[in-house]
Amino acid sequence: MNLSALEPSLNSQPLSVSSDSRALVSVENLETTFYLKSGPFRAVNNISYEINKGETLGIVGESGCGKSVTSFSLMRLIERPGKITRGRFLLGGRDVLSAPESQMEEIRGGDMAMIFQEPMTALNPVLTIGFQIDEQIIKHKKCSPKEARERSIEMLKLVGIPSPESRYTNYPHQLSGGMRQRAMIAMALSCDPKFLIADEPTTALDVTIQAQILELIQKLQSQFHMSVQFITHDLGVISEVSDKVLVMYGGQMCEKAPTQTLFTSPKHPYTAALIESRPKLGQRSARLKTIEGSVPAPHELPAGCPFVNRCMRAKSECSHQKPMPTMVAPDHSVACFNPL
Amino acid sequence: MGTYILRRLIQTVIVIGLISYMCFYLMTLMPGDPVELMIQSNPRITSEDIARLRELYNLDQPAYVRYFSWAKDIMSGDLGYSRTYRVPVQELMGPRLKNTFVLSFMALLTSLLIALPFGIYSALKPGSRVDYFVNFFSFGGISIPSFWLGLMLIIIFSVQLGVLPAGGTETIGVDHESTWSFFKDRALYLILPVISLSVQQIGVFVRYIRSSMMEAMRNDFIRTAKAKGLSRFVVVWKHGFRNALIPLITIFALSFSGLFSGAILTETVFAYQGVGKLVYDSIMSNDYNVAMISFIISVSMVLLMNLLADILYGFADPRISYT
Repeated sequence: MNLSALEPSLNSQPLSVSSDSRALVSVENLETTFYLKSGPFRAVNNISYEINKGETLGIVGESGCGKSVTSFSLMRLIERPGKITRGRFLLGGRDVLSAPESQMEEIRGGDMAMIFQEPMTALNPVLTIGFQIDEQIIKHKKCSPKEARERSIEMLKLVGIPSPESRYTNYPHQLSGGMRQRAMIAMALSCDPKFLIADEPTTALDVTIQAQILELIQKLQSQFHMSVQFITHDLGVISEVSDKVLVMYGGQMCEKAPTQTLFTSPKHPYTAALIESRPKLGQRSARLKTIEGSVPAPHELPAGCPFVNRCMRAKSECSHQKPMPTMVAPDHSVACFNPL
Repeated sequence: MGTYILRRLIQTVIVIGLISYMCFYLMTLMPGDPVELMIQSNPRITSEDIARLRELYNLDQPAYVRYFSWAKDIMSGDLGYSRTYRVPVQELMGPRLKNTFVLSFMALLTSLLIALPFGIYSALKPGSRVDYFVNFFSFGGISIPSFWLGLMLIIIFSVQLGVLPAGGTETIGVDHESTWSFFKDRALYLILPVISLSVQQIGVFVRYIRSSMMEAMRNDFIRTAKAKGLSRFVVVWKHGFRNALIPLITIFALSFSGLFSGAILTETVFAYQGVGKLVYDSIMSNDYNVAMISFIISVSMVLLMNLLADILYGFADPRISYT
């Protein structure tokens, strides 16, 4: 059989029409609102970023800061009462947010794929691993079940699952957590996505497995030449996998910078505080540094900077005026009135 | 799997034995016995006759002795003799069982065919106008007593409109020239009892299907399925309904046995010649043999349907294995 038909074809990519022709992924002023009983709540507020081909963007932030909502917005998997209220998302020049729903089926799982946090619950317990990978391949590659099966087993082998032929017939509960996440990755990559969203893919795994999975994602990224959006709350993970980082707080962007710059010279007080609160190797302190207070509830977000009530450097204008992202260096922007 | 089923079958037989003894004992506590009926119908009976009759029928023996002699007969295939109908119980129950089976099976089928689409639709669109309607009618269906509904149906369709028969099982004294006309005749008599049995069942099913489906659609793997670009149809049926089905199997299986033994009221209202009505009549007239067999059949139905549900469970959910 002809497997080469299933190989990624690098030439078939449509030419980008966005201003920056290098960027495969370009998100502009994305805004997602949840219409709750207590009033509309902006979970994602005016987020913009670009990811080049083969590049990894890390998105960091505490729980509830809108990291996952951003990803689901790009996939257009936001359900009622949520709604994408503004913004553009160009994937290889194609405007995804205004595409009709019929085309979305083609984009999801085809051009862009997603790996989820909990490999335990993200796989259907009553269908075999093989079936779940096959159905995606059949849908996007329009191939026969036999070809899909070969492709699935090939993918399982690629992600390092031992004896892939027998794993193919297994149900998710017969696999360990790490193996399930590998299977998830095999599934996500089975149709050669140009853009992969990894939503905390290692959070539910223990540390050794976590390292293996990170390594695997990085290996496959360079092999498939994908753009990756890596979401996590773990700064250690971010520093390892990403080329640039977007720090989010309360649905808004705080800081965006190349990874190295962000860790060595953070400009936003929140970024600095996050880096400060990491335990340091070789130093034993009685108490870890923390950021006082907690993320405000959706309806309690201040009118100005969302971080104002926890910020050490807050000024008077911070509490009633929203700081806009400003460039402090090439590729480095920060939304703060009083940056470090 | 085979050993599991065998073990469960043995358990089932033991439970049937225990329950049949309890039923037997409870029946002996009921006021009156067959001899008393004979006394009433024959005023010139003497007290020696009574004693002789009681001895003849072993009615002077304690309950457990009578139970064991009855159980021995049952094991050897002799189900006894109906005192009311004056025919062997087998002959009496056979066609009645078939009638009740047809009635309860049709009611189950009708309920499922109606409840599934409505339950699933309202689960997919919770809070919509259709959902409100479906909920309103399912609560209505649950609340309407089936005997009252039966009477209303008779008044409307048989008395007022005169389109359907008010009761019975088939038109008596008609020679059907073809199988088709026989079925048509039977179906005509089934319509009203099936409706009155189904309405409540539909209400119950819709509630279960709706909540089970909503639960299934909330799972993370539904999101995964959508993120894979699968069509809504595949997401709903292959991923959602396939998982929603697992808890529903038990409910469907048990409701069948419930319909089977619970059709008493409906069968009585519609004078439908089924087991339910027979049980009622046999208890009222101290017809022990018939009542006992009916009890055992009802009990066995519940137990067998439970067993069936457990076996189907194993097929529906790969996480369950019977080894």
